[in-house]
Amino acid sequence: MTTTQRLLGTVAGIGLASGMAATAMAQDTTITIATVNNGDMVRMQGYTDQFTEETGIGVEWVTLEENVLRQRVTTDITTGGGQFDIMTIGMYEAPIWAANDWLVPLDDLSDDYNAEDILPAMRAGLSYNGTLYAAPFYGESSMIMYRTDLMEEAGLEMPEEPTWQFIREAAAAMTDRDADINGICLRGKAGWGEGGAFIMTMANSFGARPVNEDWEPQLDSEAWAETLTFFTEMMAESGPAGYATNGFNENLSLFQQGKCGMWIDATVAASFVTNPEESEVADSVGFALAPSAEGVDKKANWLWAWALAIPAGTEQADAAKQFIEWSTSTDYIELVAENEGWANVPPGARTSLYENENYADVPFADLTLASIDAADPTNPTVDPVPYTGVQFAAIPEWAGMWGQVSQEFSAAYAGQQSVEEALEQGQAIMTDALEAAGY
Amino acid sequence: MARAVSSRRKAINTAVAWAIGLLIFFPILWTILTSFKTEAQAIADPPIFLGFDWTLENYRIVQERSNYMRFLWNSVIIAGFSTILGVIIAVPAAWSMAFVPSRRTKDILLWMLSTKMLPAVGVLYPIYLICIELGVLDNRVALVVIIMLINLPIIVWMLYTYFREIPGEILEAARMDGASLRNEILYVLTPMAVPGIASTVLLNFILAWNEAFWTLNLTAVNAAPLTAFIASYSSPEGLFFAKLSAASTMAIAPILILGWFSQKQLVRGLTFGAVK
Repeated sequence: MTTTQRLLGTVAGIGLASGMAATAMAQDTTITIATVNNGDMVRMQGYTDQFTEETGIGVEWVTLEENVLRQRVTTDITTGGGQFDIMTIGMYEAPIWAANDWLVPLDDLSDDYNAEDILPAMRAGLSYNGTLYAAPFYGESSMIMYRTDLMEEAGLEMPEEPTWQFIREAAAAMTDRDADINGICLRGKAGWGEGGAFIMTMANSFGARPVNEDWEPQLDSEAWAETLTFFTEMMAESGPAGYATNGFNENLSLFQQGKCGMWIDATVAASFVTNPEESEVADSVGFALAPSAEGVDKKANWLWAWALAIPAGTEQADAAKQFIEWSTSTDYIELVAENEGWANVPPGARTSLYENENYADVPFADLTLASIDAADPTNPTVDPVPYTGVQFAAIPEWAGMWGQVSQEFSAAYAGQQSVEEALEQGQAIMTDALEAAGY
Repeated sequence: MARAVSSRRKAINTAVAWAIGLLIFFPILWTILTSFKTEAQAIADPPIFLGFDWTLENYRIVQERSNYMRFLWNSVIIAGFSTILGVIIAVPAAWSMAFVPSRRTKDILLWMLSTKMLPAVGVLYPIYLICIELGVLDNRVALVVIIMLINLPIIVWMLYTYFREIPGEILEAARMDGASLRNEILYVLTPMAVPGIASTVLLNFILAWNEAFWTLNLTAVNAAPLTAFIASYSSPEGLFFAKLSAASTMAIAPILILGWFSQKQLVRGLTFGAVK
């Protein structure tokens, strides 16, 4: 046998062996779960052995960065690839995928699971035509996190329901450029789920809306001009340098190092900024509801959940459902509380968690619930809109379209164009996208 | 005097070369340093260069959470076999283009290169559907073939360039001595082109090792290589830079070591061609 023949033989042999190994693995009772690398999800992976012990079902995890995961699971579900038995999806995907019959309805969960215990706002956002299609693992809204010591030094007191005007004044009073303290840190980074999500909630609280009832773009309205002008002016006065590229992680880093007076962002950040091992300001953080403009009853807070859903076509739907019932149950919450304390349980999913006396001691528990309750995905704006969702419209075109619009906004934050130009560009992008999609 | 000027120039050149080298290597160095910090130290502002409490905690956590060896083995298989397969196909292809060119040879070479100009995402769905149809999603063999095909134009181009520098008369002499085509390529051409083939193999092994689009999109559990291992530590909601750095260091370490030991061969092949 010649060298070449041996080499080809080896290649073919390894190929055959790989194929056989893959087939053998598929025969086990093992479910594959695609998920994100967020703290609560990582924690859940640590308890998987317990689930396997109780049920005999093996679990394989595919953990990916959020944007990679979105592309990966979307490709798989739209082509029927069948790579995953459970997918971690957000409130944006759930109703859209359910409408396309891509998800298994979760309408036959056991009585012990008590699906009625899921927070109403979460249930509404993860349902389609009244049927639940994804079980929330953890939910979040957004709220104000602020430095109580700086607020006191400024001689101010955070109201229960602050206005944007108060926030702007307080930010200016807390700003100390010499000490490297910025009065306020907010997301400016392009992306529909980054700065694009924040500015949507701010627009809601200024009485603006992205489209009218007939899906006609409204970025040329007075309310949008007011929103964006207020935002850019406030950030120029009191925001950090280069805020146009700051997202969640950048602001978290600034806040934890004591460089932000206030930060309006996801409620899950509360556990990070109050953790003394990670945060230099852990003992001086206060919380308040997201602000609104004077005279507007909509607050600038979003609603989001990371939820577990079963793709239609999986051959292990029963095992997948068993895992979902286990991981999103009250028993799981108690398991985490027992081992890691109540501050580390997945928040924002179940009503009973907020009725639990032990959880009441967690400093941000009440505000998290109040923020979630203040967000209404079915009625997010002052004037009516034809979509559901608070910081997004639950239509397939939104991610691409609003991603582009937010790039225009970020260019305005970076001083590359004016607010008027950004809104003009955004209006044109939306008009083209919505017309092309037949709205 | 002339000698002193020459020495000074030499010293300056060396210093500049070191400075540029360090500048290029700095991101990797920073990643390695960050992997030994705590999460709080990793995001400290101003950044801490060396004055921190060194810890192996991140490596312990990464080791505990992930099956590193499985990812590593998949990377070795995918990068190794895609490179070998690519070279086996590219050597005869480059031979024919270098020594028996036709009127269309240059067009074919350009056409091959043009396939690299299409963004990978443009063919994601067709490739994904083909993999479903053939039942090879999350399969190492499929990735070996796909990555080999992606890198094949570069392998052919590189080998073609090296072969062109080998005098055709040597091959003619071999033919006159009665060598068959196979023997001509295997026993005459290949030994003369060893530096070129070696640098081609090394460069393509590195490219295949770092390939992140197809390896992330076509794998799940069984065939996921180290690119998927790194991606599992990136988080948009939470600061896990130290752990991400530890995972990155573990992923690049094998290729860094390989590159270190083979740098002489790599540089020689890339800078001097085949038989200069």
